Amino acid sequence: MNGPWHDSVIERIETRTPRIKSFFFRRPWVAAHVAGQHLDVRLSAPDGYTAQRSYSIASAPASDALELIIERLDEGEVSSFFHEVARVGDTIELRGPLGGHFVWQPADGGPLLLVGGGSGVAPLMAMVRAWATHVTDAVAAPRVPLLLVVSARRNDELAFHDELLSLQAAQPDFHFIAVLTREAPTRPGDLARRLDGPAIAELLARWGHAPRHVFACGANGFVESVANGLLDAGVPAARIRTERYGGA
Amino acid sequence: MATRGFTGRRPTEASARRLPPGQFETDEFPVLSKGPAPRIDLQRWQFQLSRGPKPLASWNWHEFNQLPQTTWQGDIHCVTTWSKFDTVWRGVSIDDLLAAAGIAPPTAFALALSHDDYDTNVSLADLLGGRAMVATHFGSQPLEAAHGGPARLLVPHLYFWKSAKWLKGLKFTERDEAGFWELRGYHMRGDPWRQQRYSDDA
Repeated sequence: MNGPWHDSVIERIETRTPRIKSFFFRRPWVAAHVAGQHLDVRLSAPDGYTAQRSYSIASAPASDALELIIERLDEGEVSSFFHEVARVGDTIELRGPLGGHFVWQPADGGPLLLVGGGSGVAPLMAMVRAWATHVTDAVAAPRVPLLLVVSARRNDELAFHDELLSLQAAQPDFHFIAVLTREAPTRPGDLARRLDGPAIAELLARWGHAPRHVFACGANGFVESVANGLLDAGVPAARIRTERYGGA
Repeated sequence: MATRGFTGRRPTEASARRLPPGQFETDEFPVLSKGPAPRIDLQRWQFQLSRGPKPLASWNWHEFNQLPQTTWQGDIHCVTTWSKFDTVWRGVSIDDLLAAAGIAPPTAFALALSHDDYDTNVSLADLLGGRAMVATHFGSQPLEAAHGGPARLLVPHLYFWKSAKWLKGLKFTERDEAGFWELRGYHMRGDPWRQQRYSDDA
């Protein structure tokens, strides 16, 4: 052990999109995380130089493996290590789980609106999976309508697409909308436009619920525009939590 | 223990000297906030000093801009590991603010209060002696809403979550009371040179 840092082994690597891979780490601690929390990842060079970054956990709280999705950034010191060098069996230092604001657990209820751009879908996937586990396990669970909106440029950049479509087929309270900015969508109901105020108002009207909790995660400009769009669509600021990805 | 195959992208020597441990330099100015930027009407903007619930002094936007101006240039460090060099800020130093109010600091601690209900604790030792200001300008421009405008706290020697955006007041407290992130696992002081990121850091 090394202070708060824990060694963890990469058990599996999965390609999610041309730029996003999932890395599954053996959970190096007992505690379950809360959906939405992140980990700090630390890489060390032989001479002691280190680089650390935060990545949201995409796996459900009780899962054995911690899934981090890492998008390859052009100048990314840490992300390019993961995409080009890291392999199954490597040991990586992790710290966490961390963060206590951008989190949701079943007791928080809903209606729940999740809006993600690119790899910003990671913490939202943890929430979707926590939600799915809960509605399956709890016999008398109160219904929590969940709308997940994921924005990407093109169809092949939508991570977890198949998993989300099967969940929608199985769970009437789960709705998934893809919003594409550079390509026509493949499903009726998906949008081909930027996710601004009018687009959000349209999606909320179609959904038919007023969200009690809203989580928006993605790149800077995306979250800025979604947060403003939500306010324009009449969602109270106090219900909106944001998390932004920056840095390389 | 070294990570297999990791060599890292080293900063230049000049940059390395200015980077606290675990940080990297960026030219960008990333934005982090717990929610949407609040929509603030300058006609109704007010800045207040208080001790607990008791108001000590307040200024409207016009009055606030008449206070003596201070410029600071230097490096800022975010707990999410980015650092930005040679940033230039203008505003009113906390020393000048207390002088304008005609008061000495009534306690040793304060909570910076924001329009979006964010708050963060800072000791008076970290606020006085020219170490902190209420900033209204970044570069030569009025501070943008995304970066905390119209006015934010600037305590550049601490991690940047201490530099509360959309500041509406400073509340002096008898004890060192945890703020928003400090209640959610982050360090009470946040000195980047000591890597005081989370509550279990020394």
